[in-house]
Amino acid sequence: MKRIYLDHAATTPIHPSVKQTMREAMEESFGNPSSIHHFGRESRKRLDEARATMAKSINTNYESIIFTSGGTEANNLAIFGTAYANQDKGKHIITTQIEHHAVLHPCEQLEKEGFDVTYLPVDENGIIDIMDLKNALRKDTILVTIMFANNETGMKQPIQMIGNMLGKRNITFHTDAVQAYGIEEIDVEQLRIDLLTVSSHKIYGPKGIGFLYKRDGVNLVQRLYGGEQERTWRSGTENTLAIEGFKKAVELLMEERNGRNEHYQQLSERLLQTLDEREVDYNVNGELDSEHHVPNILNLSFSGMDVEMFLTNLDLSGVAVSSGSACTAGSIDPSHVIKAMYGEDSERLRNSIRFSFGKDNNIEDMEQVAERIQSIVNRLASNV
Amino acid sequence: MIYLDNSATTQPDPEVLKTFQTVSTNFFANPSSIHSAGSEVEKLFNKAREQIATILKVNREEIIFTSGGTESNNLAIKGIAYEHKNRGHHIITTQIEHPAVLQVCKQLEDEGFKVTYLPVDKYGMIDMDELKQAITDETILVTIMHVNNEIGSIQPIEEIAKHLKQYPKIMFHTDHVQGYGKIPLPYHVDGLDLVSISGHKIHGLKGTGCLIKKRHVTLQPLFQGGSQEDAVRPGTENVAGIVSLAKAMRLMHENQSSYSRLNNLHQKLYQKLEKFDWTIINSSKNGAAHIFNFSIPGFKPEVLIHALGEKDIFVSTKSACSSKQNEPSHVLMACGKDLEASAAIRVSMNLDQDEHDIDQFIEALVQIVEQYENIMG
Repeated sequence: MKRIYLDHAATTPIHPSVKQTMREAMEESFGNPSSIHHFGRESRKRLDEARATMAKSINTNYESIIFTSGGTEANNLAIFGTAYANQDKGKHIITTQIEHHAVLHPCEQLEKEGFDVTYLPVDENGIIDIMDLKNALRKDTILVTIMFANNETGMKQPIQMIGNMLGKRNITFHTDAVQAYGIEEIDVEQLRIDLLTVSSHKIYGPKGIGFLYKRDGVNLVQRLYGGEQERTWRSGTENTLAIEGFKKAVELLMEERNGRNEHYQQLSERLLQTLDEREVDYNVNGELDSEHHVPNILNLSFSGMDVEMFLTNLDLSGVAVSSGSACTAGSIDPSHVIKAMYGEDSERLRNSIRFSFGKDNNIEDMEQVAERIQSIVNRLASNV
Repeated sequence: MIYLDNSATTQPDPEVLKTFQTVSTNFFANPSSIHSAGSEVEKLFNKAREQIATILKVNREEIIFTSGGTESNNLAIKGIAYEHKNRGHHIITTQIEHPAVLQVCKQLEDEGFKVTYLPVDKYGMIDMDELKQAITDETILVTIMHVNNEIGSIQPIEEIAKHLKQYPKIMFHTDHVQGYGKIPLPYHVDGLDLVSISGHKIHGLKGTGCLIKKRHVTLQPLFQGGSQEDAVRPGTENVAGIVSLAKAMRLMHENQSSYSRLNNLHQKLYQKLEKFDWTIINSSKNGAAHIFNFSIPGFKPEVLIHALGEKDIFVSTKSACSSKQNEPSHVLMACGKDLEASAAIRVSMNLDQDEHDIDQFIEALVQIVEQYENIMG
């Protein structure tokens, strides 16, 4: 039985070329970039080059990239950092009901500390209404944090419209682009984004590294105090090896992105087509047009199934998928994203599965997966 | 090449690198995923935690993985300060801490906390009585480093823990980044609540580290997000990094006995450099053997570092993390060595260093200084 990994939104395997790059870097460079001797300068040079690569990938300048230990830290730095730096101007924050927990939980913590947070609802496709955002804006709004593409459904928010609206009003705009960065061409200038979160391990890079883009002039209160690394926005000896791997992953992404996206699209289409051929009963959570949806994530509801049972059986049959974000760890709590889309009474809360595709999956895998799904659905349904 | 800057960062051990590569290749899944690929990774991850707990003689759930020493220090200090601010607003630390402690304390002062910075003597040692007297009803945290990163002075952590045990509401944190694997601590003792450890100072990888947080300790997390590390430290676990950290910690632990070799090297540096009238030795004979600090007043340390670099010998001025390289060392200033503070050189050794390295270093140093004196003279 071939094991098929369809949980790339949780994490991706490291790209072989990234591995190779890291292996070489391990042997060539270990210095502390803050040291003034040869080893330090060598590390500093590599760090600077990586920073330039990150910057170029979102059309910004070198100084705007702050390396962090990953997406969670970058989101926390953006949200707490903006809130604390601007609290004399106002204490109102706007976000959505469908953010990742690394955004929702900082917002909840800020509420406990006296900030006021508006959680925008979404429609059945998981998209906010731009007029809701407009109506929610207040004089004391200091931050809007809205994710680029949702990690459970792949639905995209109208980032350009949000950017335009906030740019005029001078309100800081943060977007969690952890899931979007591997798919979308992101130009922070054109989209008028002030803060943007990226994680390496979702784009075939190593874990433990990510970055926060911070537009020049946007003020933050730092989270980690200490040395002067990252122009004091983020203290701590730079994780140079992981940064080296991350850089390679970004270079590969820039070269391969279009091809990968086409591939994801084909995988997704083939999976749905085979399910149809096999007359498996399912509904798509969200909608699949490319304007509103990233091609690598497919969230399906299987009527009559129980998600826990379904996941266990899929796992036993060698298919690794998930019900939602891996960060809700262990327990299968009903997804807050599906709930926001379909209401808390919807049976979709208890029967939805996320498939997230990777560059190493192939068309035959999809046919296999559909076949295994069909046999599980038939077996479980007959048991009821 | 003679690398004598091991307190800035160390060369990763080949075995550590191998572990990292193997894990990142074969165990890439997210340990929070409930499918079997995820649970295999989780098992491996738990094993690493178990190993570290065994080495440190603490409980498994007392280990929190972080991105390194800076994060561990920030999590411990800010975490206690914010969590227990209704108990009191007073923190005690020393004047010679690493910036990752000092800057956090300064920030907390801006936010209304009161911080006592204990002075040190000329050897960089605090006075226990001064610590005892500094404690008030308002004190919620004492954070005192174990081994100083610039001069190697060793604070009496066990004695402090013993004393603080009678104040159950005061948490005691120590920055153990320069001590781990070299100068052991009884991690399990009552009264010692939080301990910071960094991977890249012990031949592990950058971006890895942990915080020992005893079971009874509650603190406010720095980051909010998923439920990883009991929600004290959310974020997808850097599993390959963590397993490689366990490896690095185990290797250091196993080689601990060879640390005593460094005493001879430290002594040699002391005896040889003491003889020159142009040097002032800043480290104490009783400090940590792997750190040796001296000054050549009137000689710009950067010039010396570059001249040594040309001879393939690498040392440093002070902490690589200190803000402006040209500012005098705050550690030496606190030791009352104002003159020495702007001219300090730090030699920091690893366990493999041998006599030859030290001889070469001294020889090169003497050559450079004599050359310079000839030019100037």
